[in-house]
Amino acid sequence: MEAGTAGGRGMIEHYLSIILKAVFVENLALAFFLGMCTFIAVSKKLETAVGLGFAVVAVMTITIPVNNLIFNHVLKEGALSWAGIPNVDLTFLGLIIYISVIAALVQILEMALDRYVTVLYTSLGIFLPLITVNCAILGGSLFMVERDYDFMESVIYGFGAGAGWALAIITLAGIREKMQYSNVPKGLRGAGIIFIVSGLMAMAFMLFSGIQL
Amino acid sequence: MGIYKKTLLDPVFQNNPIGVQILGICSALAVTTKLETAFVMCVAVIFVTAFSSLTISLIRGQIPGSIRIIVEMVIIASLVIIVDEFLQSFAYEMSKQLSVFVGLIITNCIVLGRAEAVALKKPPGISFVDGIGNGLGYSVMLLAVAFFRELLGSGRLFGYPVLLSQTAGGWYPPNGLFLLAPSGFIIVGLLIWALRTWKPELQEEEE
Repeated sequence: MEAGTAGGRGMIEHYLSIILKAVFVENLALAFFLGMCTFIAVSKKLETAVGLGFAVVAVMTITIPVNNLIFNHVLKEGALSWAGIPNVDLTFLGLIIYISVIAALVQILEMALDRYVTVLYTSLGIFLPLITVNCAILGGSLFMVERDYDFMESVIYGFGAGAGWALAIITLAGIREKMQYSNVPKGLRGAGIIFIVSGLMAMAFMLFSGIQL
Repeated sequence: MGIYKKTLLDPVFQNNPIGVQILGICSALAVTTKLETAFVMCVAVIFVTAFSSLTISLIRGQIPGSIRIIVEMVIIASLVIIVDEFLQSFAYEMSKQLSVFVGLIITNCIVLGRAEAVALKKPPGISFVDGIGNGLGYSVMLLAVAFFRELLGSGRLFGYPVLLSQTAGGWYPPNGLFLLAPSGFIIVGLLIWALRTWKPELQEEEE
């Protein structure tokens, strides 16, 4: 909060650097290999990829800040002092809590989509439950804890990381649609060539890594 | 005994979780810059898959269908916490290197996939063996990727110099690209190609 009073501009730059880093430099899919199962399975059609991309952005923007609140106010060493028990360290429960929060929120999102946006619900179909086991979502929460973000930073990071992942899967889906016209060797068809294409995409994203923010 | 052997060995090549079913790749790529980290990761995954399949199979009659995913997740997460705490107390350096990827075993699709496909339907013994088999299949692929990445990227295997690098007075110029993300993808792609050329029945149909 100190920095906020010192100058709003410094704060905005700080947030901007978090979001750009999350989207381009430390892209969860292409730099950390997270969420690969869904990345490969659901990138066949551009339309579904876009839907899933948005779902991931939504889930990450919600789950990462929620997990941040839980970590800072319940799990962290001494975080329970507001409840009168300052000497507890519950960090070892972290994993199980984060994944439960994610599972619960995905369930809620699924029900909400089913009720209000049926078109999206039918097109995403069985892939929504898959978001629970999408490593990118849990990975985002774990990175948030590892880097000690505060609440506002975690909101920004959640959105940026989700957007980066969405960007990657949408791009891959676009390339895959075009690839139907190319003559890929038999054994390489399907999964093989997708990995190689992702590798080339990761190489392209590496160009961002030199950027000083 | 035949069925146990088949359950154990089938997932290693014929139905490899990474190469054929394309599951559990997330962690497969990030920890493969060194054989050592990859090896620890393999042991952790074998442990978690085997025991989660065993536990889920033991209580499969009691789990209500509608909340089974949550139950499975809780069991898997508890096992991963055991692994994580164990590493932190006995191999702290290693646990720092693996960072978030131990935690991410929870969302490794292989573990949940085995729970859903096998442990919920079959008796404990066979589920346990199936868990080990799939863990092994994952390990074979992981170690293969790590082998190429460490050898070509830094000229070492398990930390011991094999190809003497130029900086150490040898002849081999280490190819740093193999330590970066893109090479992981490309090596898995090439390995899948090799596997499918060797076993043509695994090839995918025209999309």
